[in-house]
Amino acid sequence: MSVAKISLPKSVNRGESVAVRVAIQHPMETGYRVDNKGKLILKNTVREMNCLYNGALVFSAEMGSGIAANPYLLFYLVAKDSGLIQLNWVDDAGVKGTASALLTVV
Amino acid sequence: MVSFIFIMFGLGWGVSSFLICIADEGPKRAKRPQPPRSGIEFVSPEIRAFQEDDFSSPAMLWATRGEHLWQETAGPRGESCQSCHHDAAQSMKGVSARYPKIDEPSGALLNVEARINRCRTEKQKAAAFAYDSESLLALTAYVGLQSRGMEMKVTIDEKNKARFESGQRLFSTRIGQMNLACTNCHDDNYGRKLLNDTISQGHINAYPAYRIEWQDFGSLHRRLRACFYGVRAQLPTAGSDELLDLELFLAWRSQGLPVETPGVRR
Ligand code: HEC
Ligand code: HEC
Repeated sequence: MSVAKISLPKSVNRGESVAVRVAIQHPMETGYRVDNKGKLILKNTVREMNCLYNGALVFSAEMGSGIAANPYLLFYLVAKDSGLIQLNWVDDAGVKGTASALLTVV
Repeated sequence: MVSFIFIMFGLGWGVSSFLICIADEGPKRAKRPQPPRSGIEFVSPEIRAFQEDDFSSPAMLWATRGEHLWQETAGPRGESCQSCHHDAAQSMKGVSARYPKIDEPSGALLNVEARINRCRTEKQKAAAFAYDSESLLALTAYVGLQSRGMEMKVTIDEKNKARFESGQRLFSTRIGQMNLACTNCHDDNYGRKLLNDTISQGHINAYPAYRIEWQDFGSLHRRLRACFYGVRAQLPTAGSDELLDLELFLAWRSQGLPVETPGVRR
Protein backbone atom coordinates (compact mmCIF):
# COMPACT_ATOMS: atom_id res chain seq x y z
CA MET A 1 0.00 0.00 0.00
CA SER A 2 1.30 3.38 -0.88
CA VAL A 3 0.04 6.88 -0.37
CA ALA A 4 -0.68 9.47 -3.06
CA LYS A 5 -2.00 12.97 -2.58
CA ILE A 6 -3.13 16.05 -4.47
CA SER A 7 -2.94 19.63 -3.29
CA LEU A 8 -5.12 22.43 -4.70
CA PRO A 9 -5.73 26.04 -3.72
CA LYS A 10 -8.78 26.46 -1.43
CA SER A 11 -10.85 28.08 -4.17
CA VAL A 12 -10.17 29.66 -7.57
CA ASN A 13 -11.89 32.01 -10.01
CA ARG A 14 -13.33 30.71 -13.25
CA GLY A 15 -10.79 30.99 -16.06
CA GLU A 16 -7.86 31.23 -13.65
CA SER A 17 -4.92 28.86 -13.99
CA VAL A 18 -4.61 26.49 -11.06
CA ALA A 19 -1.45 24.90 -9.69
CA VAL A 20 -2.03 21.18 -9.05
CA ARG A 21 0.57 19.47 -6.88
CA VAL A 22 0.83 15.72 -6.80
CA ALA A 23 2.95 13.42 -4.59
CA ILE A 24 3.20 9.64 -4.81
CA GLN A 25 4.95 7.42 -2.26
CA HIS A 26 6.97 5.08 -4.45
CA PRO A 27 10.57 3.73 -4.29
CA MET A 28 11.12 4.33 -8.07
CA GLU A 29 13.55 1.42 -8.19
CA THR A 30 15.87 2.19 -11.11
CA GLY A 31 16.79 -1.35 -12.08
CA TYR A 32 20.48 -0.46 -11.79
CA ARG A 33 20.88 -1.14 -8.08
CA VAL A 34 21.94 -4.39 -6.45
CA ASP A 35 20.93 -5.72 -3.06
CA ASN A 36 23.29 -6.71 -0.19
CA LYS A 37 23.98 -10.04 -1.87
CA GLY A 38 24.85 -8.48 -5.22
CA LYS A 39 21.60 -9.47 -6.88
CA LEU A 40 20.08 -6.97 -9.29
CA ILE A 41 16.92 -5.32 -7.94
CA LEU A 42 14.22 -5.34 -10.62
CA LYS A 43 13.26 -2.02 -12.13
CA ASN A 44 9.99 -0.81 -10.71
CA THR A 45 8.98 2.77 -11.31
CA VAL A 46 5.66 4.53 -11.70
CA ARG A 47 5.23 3.91 -15.40
CA GLU A 48 2.37 6.20 -16.10
CA MET A 49 0.21 8.68 -14.26
CA ASN A 50 -2.70 10.72 -15.45
CA CYS A 51 -5.02 13.30 -14.07
CA LEU A 52 -8.70 13.71 -14.88
CA TYR A 53 -10.70 16.89 -14.32
CA ASN A 54 -14.40 16.02 -14.15
CA GLY A 55 -13.58 12.94 -16.19
CA ALA A 56 -11.55 14.66 -18.91
CA LEU A 57 -7.82 14.00 -19.23
CA VAL A 58 -5.88 17.17 -18.40
CA PHE A 59 -2.40 15.87 -17.68
CA SER A 60 -0.43 12.68 -18.16
CA ALA A 61 3.18 11.67 -17.68
CA GLU A 62 5.32 8.69 -18.52
CA MET A 63 8.00 8.19 -15.92
CA GLY A 64 11.08 6.04 -15.65
CA SER A 65 14.30 5.57 -13.74
CA GLY A 66 15.31 9.21 -14.20
CA ILE A 67 12.72 10.35 -11.67
CA ALA A 68 13.67 10.32 -7.99
CA ALA A 69 11.88 8.23 -5.38
CA ASN A 70 8.52 9.53 -4.15
CA PRO A 71 7.82 11.68 -7.23
CA TYR A 72 6.43 15.14 -6.76
CA LEU A 73 4.90 16.90 -9.75
CA LEU A 74 3.42 20.31 -10.33
CA PHE A 75 1.26 21.24 -13.31
CA TYR A 76 -1.33 23.84 -14.21
CA LEU A 77 -4.85 23.62 -15.57
CA VAL A 78 -7.49 26.22 -16.34
CA ALA A 79 -10.44 26.30 -13.92
CA LYS A 80 -13.80 25.77 -15.62
CA ASP A 81 -16.31 24.21 -13.24
CA SER A 82 -16.13 22.98 -9.68
CA GLY A 83 -15.51 19.28 -9.60
CA LEU A 84 -13.29 16.31 -9.07
CA ILE A 85 -9.60 16.14 -9.84
CA GLN A 86 -8.56 12.51 -9.97
CA LEU A 87 -5.06 11.08 -10.14
CA ASN A 88 -4.38 7.52 -11.36
CA TRP A 89 -1.02 5.82 -11.54
CA VAL A 90 0.36 2.40 -12.38
CA ASP A 91 3.87 1.00 -11.87
CA ASP A 92 5.95 -1.66 -13.63
CA ALA A 93 4.70 -4.33 -11.23
CA GLY A 94 1.14 -3.49 -12.23
CA VAL A 95 0.30 -1.92 -8.88
CA LYS A 96 -2.22 0.88 -9.26
CA GLY A 97 -3.03 3.83 -7.06
CA THR A 98 -5.36 6.78 -7.04
CA ALA A 99 -6.02 10.00 -5.17
CA SER A 100 -8.60 12.70 -5.61
CA ALA A 101 -9.47 16.21 -4.49
CA LEU A 102 -12.31 18.65 -5.04
CA LEU A 103 -11.73 21.88 -6.94
CA THR A 104 -13.99 24.77 -5.95
CA VAL A 105 -14.51 27.37 -8.68
CA VAL A 106 -16.20 30.60 -7.62
CA MET B 1 31.76 23.30 34.73
CA VAL B 2 32.26 19.97 33.13
CA SER B 3 35.44 18.16 33.99
CA PHE B 4 37.04 15.64 31.69
CA ILE B 5 39.98 13.38 32.18
CA PHE B 6 41.58 12.02 29.06
CA ILE B 7 43.31 8.73 29.59
CA MET B 8 45.19 7.26 26.70
CA PHE B 9 46.10 3.59 26.63
CA GLY B 10 48.64 2.56 24.07
CA LEU B 11 48.03 -1.07 23.23
CA GLY B 12 50.86 -2.05 20.92
CA TRP B 13 50.44 -0.95 17.33
CA GLY B 14 46.70 -1.37 17.11
CA VAL B 15 46.55 1.63 19.35
CA SER B 16 43.20 2.20 20.91
CA SER B 17 42.69 5.34 22.82
CA PHE B 18 39.83 5.81 25.16
CA LEU B 19 38.24 9.01 26.11
CA ILE B 20 36.91 8.44 29.55
CA CYS B 21 34.43 10.88 30.85
CA ILE B 22 34.37 11.04 34.59
CA ALA B 23 30.92 12.23 35.43
CA ASP B 24 29.49 12.15 38.88
CA GLU B 25 25.88 11.64 39.82
CA GLY B 26 23.47 11.39 36.91
CA PRO B 27 23.35 13.73 33.96
CA LYS B 28 24.36 16.85 35.86
CA ARG B 29 27.97 16.66 34.77
CA ALA B 30 27.40 15.12 31.35
CA LYS B 31 28.13 17.52 28.54
CA ARG B 32 25.92 18.66 25.73
CA PRO B 33 26.19 21.55 23.28
CA GLN B 34 24.72 24.77 24.62
CA PRO B 35 22.55 26.06 23.15
CA PRO B 36 21.39 22.97 21.27
CA ARG B 37 20.94 23.55 17.53
CA SER B 38 18.73 21.30 15.48
CA GLY B 39 20.19 19.42 12.52
CA ILE B 40 17.83 21.39 10.26
CA GLU B 41 20.06 24.46 10.81
CA PHE B 42 22.94 22.64 9.16
CA VAL B 43 21.21 21.54 5.95
CA SER B 44 20.77 23.45 2.68
CA PRO B 45 17.88 25.90 2.22
CA GLU B 46 16.35 23.49 -0.31
CA ILE B 47 16.14 20.63 2.18
CA ARG B 48 14.85 22.99 4.80
CA ALA B 49 12.08 24.11 2.44
CA PHE B 50 11.17 20.45 1.92
CA GLN B 51 10.71 19.91 5.63
CA GLU B 52 8.81 23.14 6.15
CA ASP B 53 6.12 22.44 3.56
CA ASP B 54 4.02 19.46 4.58
CA PHE B 55 2.89 18.80 1.04
CA SER B 56 6.29 18.69 -0.60
CA SER B 57 7.88 16.86 2.35
CA PRO B 58 8.28 13.23 1.28
CA ALA B 59 8.40 12.33 4.99
CA MET B 60 4.76 13.29 5.37
CA LEU B 61 3.78 10.47 3.01
CA TRP B 62 4.85 8.06 5.76
CA ALA B 63 2.92 9.94 8.42
CA THR B 64 -0.17 9.82 6.21
CA ARG B 65 0.34 6.09 5.76
CA GLY B 66 0.62 5.82 9.55
CA GLU B 67 -2.69 7.62 9.93
CA HIS B 68 -4.33 4.93 7.78
CA LEU B 69 -2.63 2.12 9.73
CA TRP B 70 -3.80 3.64 13.02
CA GLN B 71 -7.32 2.68 12.00
CA GLU B 72 -6.53 -0.75 10.55
CA THR B 73 -7.55 -3.72 12.66
CA ALA B 74 -5.23 -6.64 13.44
CA GLY B 75 -5.16 -9.68 15.69
CA PRO B 76 -7.87 -12.09 16.88
CA ARG B 77 -10.02 -9.42 18.54
CA GLY B 78 -10.01 -7.20 15.48
CA GLU B 79 -8.68 -4.16 17.35
CA SER B 80 -6.92 -1.18 15.82
CA CYS B 81 -4.70 1.33 17.60
CA GLN B 82 -7.70 3.62 17.45
CA SER B 83 -9.96 1.14 19.31
CA CYS B 84 -7.93 1.74 22.47
CA HIS B 85 -6.21 5.08 21.93
CA HIS B 86 -9.00 6.89 20.02
CA ASP B 87 -7.86 10.26 18.69
CA ALA B 88 -4.08 10.19 18.29
CA ALA B 89 -3.95 13.99 18.41
CA GLN B 90 -4.83 13.70 22.08
CA SER B 91 -3.63 10.30 23.24
CA MET B 92 -0.24 10.45 21.49
CA LYS B 93 0.52 14.11 22.11
CA GLY B 94 3.92 14.48 23.78
CA VAL B 95 4.79 10.76 23.65
CA SER B 96 7.73 11.10 21.24
CA ALA B 97 9.05 14.08 23.19
CA ARG B 98 9.54 12.00 26.35
CA TYR B 99 10.71 8.66 24.95
CA PRO B 100 12.70 6.40 25.26
CA LYS B 101 11.21 5.32 28.54
CA ILE B 102 11.49 2.45 31.02
CA ASP B 103 8.43 0.23 30.80
CA GLU B 104 6.80 -0.83 34.05
CA PRO B 105 6.89 -3.53 35.25
CA SER B 106 9.19 -5.26 32.74
CA GLY B 107 11.97 -2.72 33.30
CA ALA B 108 12.80 -2.71 29.59
CA LEU B 109 13.93 0.52 27.95
CA LEU B 110 11.49 1.18 25.11
CA ASN B 111 11.68 3.71 22.31
CA VAL B 112 8.55 4.61 20.36
CA GLU B 113 9.14 1.79 17.86
CA ALA B 114 9.49 -0.80 20.64
CA ARG B 115 6.47 0.62 22.49
CA ILE B 116 4.33 0.29 19.35
CA ASN B 117 5.51 -3.29 18.90
CA ARG B 118 4.61 -4.03 22.54
CA CYS B 119 1.07 -2.93 21.78
CA ARG B 120 1.10 -5.01 18.60
CA THR B 121 2.11 -8.21 20.37
CA GLU B 122 0.66 -7.81 23.87
CA LYS B 123 -2.50 -5.77 23.29
CA GLN B 124 -3.48 -6.61 19.73
CA LYS B 125 -1.98 -10.13 19.90
CA ALA B 126 -0.67 -9.65 16.36
CA ALA B 127 2.81 -10.27 14.92
CA ALA B 128 5.46 -7.64 15.68
CA PHE B 129 6.58 -5.38 12.84
CA ALA B 130 10.18 -5.70 11.62
CA TYR B 131 12.35 -2.81 12.79
CA ASP B 132 12.73 -0.78 9.61
CA SER B 133 9.52 -2.01 8.02
CA GLU B 134 7.32 0.49 6.26
CA SER B 135 4.46 -0.08 8.72
CA LEU B 136 6.52 0.48 11.87
CA LEU B 137 8.14 3.57 10.34
CA ALA B 138 4.76 4.92 9.29
CA LEU B 139 3.18 4.44 12.72
CA THR B 140 6.24 5.91 14.46
CA ALA B 141 6.05 8.92 12.14
CA TYR B 142 2.35 9.37 12.84
CA VAL B 143 2.81 9.08 16.61
CA GLY B 144 5.77 11.50 16.37
CA LEU B 145 3.76 14.00 14.36
CA GLN B 146 1.42 14.43 17.34
CA SER B 147 4.33 15.95 19.30
CA ARG B 148 5.62 18.19 16.54
CA GLY B 149 6.79 21.52 17.92
CA MET B 150 6.87 20.27 21.51
CA GLU B 151 10.15 20.36 23.41
CA MET B 152 12.22 17.20 23.68
CA LYS B 153 12.12 16.33 27.35
CA VAL B 154 13.30 12.99 28.60
CA THR B 155 13.64 12.48 32.36
CA ILE B 156 16.76 10.87 33.76
CA ASP B 157 16.17 9.23 37.13
CA GLU B 158 17.17 6.23 39.22
CA LYS B 159 15.28 3.87 36.93
CA ASN B 160 17.06 4.73 33.69
CA LYS B 161 20.33 6.08 35.05
CA ALA B 162 22.38 2.99 34.23
CA ARG B 163 21.13 2.96 30.64
CA PHE B 164 21.79 6.68 30.33
CA GLU B 165 25.35 6.28 31.56
CA SER B 166 25.92 3.42 29.17
CA GLY B 167 24.74 5.67 26.31
CA GLN B 168 26.94 8.48 27.49
CA ARG B 169 29.92 6.12 27.58
CA LEU B 170 29.19 4.89 24.06
CA PHE B 171 29.00 8.47 22.84
CA SER B 172 32.48 9.28 24.05
CA THR B 173 34.23 5.98 23.30
CA ARG B 174 36.44 5.89 20.23
CA ILE B 175 35.44 3.10 17.83
CA GLY B 176 36.17 1.65 14.42
CA GLN B 177 39.14 1.77 12.10
CA MET B 178 38.90 5.56 12.13
CA ASN B 179 39.16 5.50 15.90
CA LEU B 180 36.63 8.26 16.38
CA ALA B 181 33.96 8.78 19.01
CA CYS B 182 30.59 10.40 18.35
CA THR B 183 31.69 13.32 20.49
CA ASN B 184 34.69 14.00 18.23
CA CYS B 185 32.34 14.95 15.42
CA HIS B 186 29.13 16.07 17.08
CA ASP B 187 30.60 18.05 20.02
CA ASP B 188 34.05 19.05 18.79
CA ASN B 189 33.46 19.69 15.10
CA TYR B 190 29.89 20.67 14.41
CA GLY B 191 29.50 23.36 11.78
CA ARG B 192 32.49 22.01 9.87
CA LYS B 193 32.47 20.15 6.58
CA LEU B 194 32.92 16.41 6.19
CA LEU B 195 32.97 15.66 2.47
CA ASN B 196 29.66 17.08 1.28
CA ASP B 197 28.03 17.19 4.69
CA THR B 198 28.05 19.85 7.34
CA ILE B 199 28.44 18.08 10.67
CA SER B 200 25.58 18.93 13.01
CA GLN B 201 25.34 18.48 16.76
CA GLY B 202 23.85 15.01 16.18
CA HIS B 203 20.38 15.55 17.61
CA ILE B 204 17.48 13.17 17.23
CA ASN B 205 14.48 15.51 17.19
CA ALA B 206 13.67 14.85 13.49
CA TYR B 207 13.52 11.06 13.54
CA PRO B 208 12.27 8.95 11.93
CA ALA B 209 13.20 11.08 8.94
CA TYR B 210 13.43 11.12 5.17
CA ARG B 211 17.02 11.23 3.93
CA ILE B 212 17.70 12.38 0.41
CA GLU B 213 20.73 10.09 0.36
CA TRP B 214 18.57 7.07 1.17
CA GLN B 215 15.78 8.21 -1.16
CA ASP B 216 13.78 6.73 1.66
CA PHE B 217 12.33 7.24 5.10
CA GLY B 218 14.28 5.61 7.91
CA SER B 219 14.57 5.16 11.65
CA LEU B 220 16.97 6.84 14.03
CA HIS B 221 18.74 3.52 14.43
CA ARG B 222 19.34 3.37 10.69
CA ARG B 223 20.90 6.86 10.90
CA LEU B 224 23.05 5.80 13.86
CA ARG B 225 24.20 2.71 12.03
CA ALA B 226 25.29 4.98 9.18
CA CYS B 227 27.55 6.84 11.64
CA PHE B 228 29.02 3.54 12.90
CA TYR B 229 29.60 2.57 9.27
CA GLY B 230 31.20 5.95 8.59
CA VAL B 231 33.95 5.30 11.13
CA ARG B 232 34.22 1.67 9.98
CA ALA B 233 33.07 0.20 13.26
CA GLN B 234 30.99 -2.93 13.76
CA LEU B 235 27.34 -2.10 13.23
CA PRO B 236 25.02 -2.70 16.18
CA THR B 237 21.62 -4.14 15.20
CA ALA B 238 18.67 -1.79 14.91
CA GLY B 239 16.66 -2.06 18.13
CA SER B 240 19.63 -3.40 20.14
CA ASP B 241 20.28 -2.39 23.75
CA GLU B 242 23.38 -0.55 22.63
CA LEU B 243 21.45 1.72 20.26
CA LEU B 244 18.64 2.18 22.79
CA ASP B 245 21.17 3.35 25.39
CA LEU B 246 22.59 5.79 22.86
CA GLU B 247 19.09 6.94 21.97
CA LEU B 248 18.35 7.71 25.63
CA PHE B 249 21.54 9.71 25.96
CA LEU B 250 20.88 11.50 22.66
CA ALA B 251 17.31 12.33 23.72
CA TRP B 252 18.71 14.00 26.83
CA ARG B 253 21.27 15.81 24.68
CA SER B 254 18.49 17.09 22.38
CA GLN B 255 16.52 18.44 25.32
CA GLY B 256 14.75 21.69 24.60
CA LEU B 257 14.73 21.31 20.82
CA PRO B 258 11.33 21.11 19.13
CA VAL B 259 10.24 17.73 17.79
CA GLU B 260 10.41 17.88 13.97
CA THR B 261 9.24 14.33 13.28
CA PRO B 262 8.81 13.38 10.49
CA GLY B 263 11.88 15.38 9.42
CA VAL B 264 13.90 15.69 6.23
CA ARG B 265 17.69 15.44 6.10
CA ARG B 266 20.40 15.14 3.48
C1 HEC C 1 33.34 11.28 11.43
C2 HEC C 1 32.35 12.12 12.00
C3 HEC C 1 31.16 11.45 12.67
C4 HEC C 1 31.17 10.57 13.73
C5 HEC C 1 32.38 10.02 14.45
C6 HEC C 1 29.79 10.32 14.04
N1 HEC C 1 28.96 11.01 13.20
FE1 HEC C 1 26.97 11.21 13.39
N2 HEC C 1 26.91 12.28 11.69
C7 HEC C 1 28.01 12.67 10.96
C8 HEC C 1 27.56 13.36 9.77
C9 HEC C 1 28.46 13.95 8.70
C10 HEC C 1 26.16 13.37 9.82
C11 HEC C 1 25.18 13.97 8.79
C12 HEC C 1 25.10 15.46 8.96
C13 HEC C 1 24.61 15.83 10.31
O1 HEC C 1 25.44 15.90 11.24
O2 HEC C 1 23.39 15.96 10.52
C14 HEC C 1 25.78 12.72 11.06
C15 HEC C 1 24.47 12.60 11.53
C16 HEC C 1 24.13 12.14 12.78
C17 HEC C 1 22.82 12.23 13.37
C18 HEC C 1 21.59 12.83 12.72
C19 HEC C 1 21.48 14.33 12.95
C20 HEC C 1 20.32 14.93 12.22
O3 HEC C 1 19.86 16.01 12.63
O4 HEC C 1 19.84 14.35 11.24
C21 HEC C 1 22.89 11.66 14.61
C22 HEC C 1 21.76 11.51 15.61
C23 HEC C 1 24.24 11.20 14.78
N3 HEC C 1 24.98 11.53 13.67
C24 HEC C 1 24.71 10.51 15.89
C25 HEC C 1 25.97 9.96 15.97
C26 HEC C 1 26.38 9.03 16.99
C27 HEC C 1 25.50 8.52 18.13
C28 HEC C 1 27.69 8.72 16.74
C29 HEC C 1 28.59 7.74 17.49
C30 HEC C 1 28.19 6.36 17.39
C31 HEC C 1 28.10 9.48 15.58
N4 HEC C 1 27.02 10.19 15.11
C32 HEC C 1 29.37 9.49 15.06
C33 HEC C 1 29.33 12.48 11.29
C34 HEC C 1 29.76 11.70 12.34
C1 HEC D 1 -6.10 -3.34 23.52
C2 HEC D 1 -5.77 -1.94 23.67
C3 HEC D 1 -4.58 -1.37 22.90
C4 HEC D 1 -4.32 -1.47 21.55
C5 HEC D 1 -5.09 -2.21 20.48
C6 HEC D 1 -3.15 -0.66 21.33
N1 HEC D 1 -2.69 -0.15 22.50
FE1 HEC D 1 -1.15 1.15 22.73
N2 HEC D 1 -1.39 1.12 24.75
C7 HEC D 1 -2.41 0.46 25.42
C8 HEC D 1 -2.25 0.68 26.85
C9 HEC D 1 -3.16 0.13 27.94
C10 HEC D 1 -1.09 1.47 27.01
C11 HEC D 1 -0.47 1.97 28.33
C12 HEC D 1 0.75 1.18 28.68
C13 HEC D 1 0.46 -0.23 29.09
O1 HEC D 1 -0.47 -0.48 29.84
O2 HEC D 1 1.21 -1.13 28.65
C14 HEC D 1 -0.59 1.75 25.67
C15 HEC D 1 0.51 2.53 25.40
C16 HEC D 1 0.89 2.96 24.13
C17 HEC D 1 1.92 3.93 23.85
C18 HEC D 1 2.75 4.69 24.89
C19 HEC D 1 1.95 5.86 25.38
C20 HEC D 1 2.65 6.65 26.46
O3 HEC D 1 2.06 7.65 26.89
O4 HEC D 1 3.75 6.29 26.89
C21 HEC D 1 2.02 4.05 22.49
C22 HEC D 1 2.97 4.95 21.71
C23 HEC D 1 1.03 3.15 21.92
N3 HEC D 1 0.37 2.50 22.94
C24 HEC D 1 0.83 2.97 20.56
C25 HEC D 1 -0.06 2.05 20.03
C26 HEC D 1 -0.16 1.78 18.61
C27 HEC D 1 0.61 2.50 17.51
C28 HEC D 1 -1.11 0.80 18.47
C29 HEC D 1 -1.55 0.12 17.18
C30 HEC D 1 -0.51 -0.61 16.46
C31 HEC D 1 -1.59 0.47 19.81
N4 HEC D 1 -0.92 1.24 20.72
C32 HEC D 1 -2.56 -0.48 20.08
C33 HEC D 1 -3.42 -0.24 24.84
C34 HEC D 1 -3.54 -0.56 23.49
